[in-house]
Amino acid sequence: MDENDIIERRACISGVGQSAIGRRLFRDPLELTLDGCLAAIEHAGLTTDDIDGISTYPGPMGTPAGFSGAGAYDVMDALRLQCGWYASGLETSGQLGSVVNACLAVASGLATHVLCFRSVYEGSAQGEKGGRAAVMPGGGGGGGGGFKASGFMQWNLPFSAPSAAIWIAMFAQRHFYEYGTTREQLAWIALNARRNAELNPNAIYRDPMSMDDYMAARMISSPFCLYDCDIPCDGATAVIVSRRDAAKDLRNPPLRVEAVGVRIDGRPSWDQFDDLSTMANRGAGKQLWERTEYKPADVQMAQLYDGFSWITMSWLEALGLCGIGESGPFIEGGERIKRDGVLPVNTHGGQLSAGRLHGYGFLHEGATQMWGQGGDRQIPTPPEVGIVAAGGGNTCGALLLVRE
Amino acid sequence: MTKATPRFDLPSTDTETQPFWDGLKEGKFLLRHCDACGRDHYYPRPFCPDCWSDRVSWKEASGRAKIYTYSVVHVNDLPPFNERVPYVAAIVELEEGPRVMTNIEALPFDELRADLPVVVDYKPISDDVTIPVFRPAS
Repeated sequence: MDENDIIERRACISGVGQSAIGRRLFRDPLELTLDGCLAAIEHAGLTTDDIDGISTYPGPMGTPAGFSGAGAYDVMDALRLQCGWYASGLETSGQLGSVVNACLAVASGLATHVLCFRSVYEGSAQGEKGGRAAVMPGGGGGGGGGFKASGFMQWNLPFSAPSAAIWIAMFAQRHFYEYGTTREQLAWIALNARRNAELNPNAIYRDPMSMDDYMAARMISSPFCLYDCDIPCDGATAVIVSRRDAAKDLRNPPLRVEAVGVRIDGRPSWDQFDDLSTMANRGAGKQLWERTEYKPADVQMAQLYDGFSWITMSWLEALGLCGIGESGPFIEGGERIKRDGVLPVNTHGGQLSAGRLHGYGFLHEGATQMWGQGGDRQIPTPPEVGIVAAGGGNTCGALLLVRE
Repeated sequence: MTKATPRFDLPSTDTETQPFWDGLKEGKFLLRHCDACGRDHYYPRPFCPDCWSDRVSWKEASGRAKIYTYSVVHVNDLPPFNERVPYVAAIVELEEGPRVMTNIEALPFDELRADLPVVVDYKPISDDVTIPVFRPAS
């Protein structure tokens, strides 16, 4: 592939920002969103006048409750942005698909500095009582006697299989069957996340957790227990994607988008995918490495989606960071993936301990670590090459970042 | 359970899928069969997803399958799933090839395993809807 064809390389990450994050903040979702956006703009060394593009996932959505704190138009209008390009949408390669779109937009010259954001208030939307949003997007919702499942959900809901917790549990179970993966191995995703969260003042759950704590937790959907499931929360994360030649003199060294992976091969379906020991990330991982001379062994840090713990294991395999089927032994004991191990993983605590900021939290953390701005949880040597991936099931995307 | 109770488990049906649901009430698991290329598919569609022919008909499946994967569901807050826990959600692979989301019944949780042979059974979940569930093939 001609170097000039890999146009995402003309883009970089130039700044990141976050709002307050909490289990339940009961704050106005748009206000929370703007907090995150303004923090990222300021962090990049830009002003709202510099922002000429906007990208978000998933755009305005009423259900599940709290799933989307603001759409692109909401933020464009509130900040009075003048945009050469803008987009939002759910049907893309995971939450970070919106960031990939922004890379392509700046590479094509439609915009120079794109504000990308993801905003959630699922914690507050669930009210004081709590409880998980149990029907996935596309499943309708709202309830009432007249509810009828449509689309692909009509082939899942009658069988009491309404949620990603159940679907991903079935992926994990297949992986357990094919490769002998165990709960004692899976636990290390949650335990590693928690020990990292202990050092992150913005994480939601920071109390130490032991293997005994993990094994004693109540089961949710086997093989997943409570600690294999991420935490609904409130918070907004934003990142600035800039054209590289316009980012040289900004506040942070540009993090070049060396390559992206967004391919999906196989049916775009959770239950009808041909091999449930892997996910759509198998295509995204292959595509990413086809677009760069870097190799998996060059990666010094991996921030990998953990909406459910096993998804991180799946990403490790799909990205070639360990062999197919070998993620269990790879993470067992937690030595390799610890903050000062050979491949630090989810150094902020992941969504399991730091809250379901829904994909963007991993990019925020990856950039923070590569800039050496991680505070108490900083990886001892700030990584020059890092990988960030988000999504699961039929919606997966990854970015390889290189600090310049 | 009355129709007025909020519930999230009922499918929408249309003219294309009604025969599938009608078949289940009569104790038949109907697969879509392509008369042009000979392949079976699921979910049922008005065209063949392999060759896009619209020469598709209904064919009664053998009802024999094996478990592909499963999860024992202990927590779900939505009605009526909250009244069903714990239950087994599973994907089975039909003898004819397609995989189907379903439930496994009449099997202790600790005897669940992938590749276990199962056979279809029919379970009404409302006055109008019967679903295919699977039990161990004895």
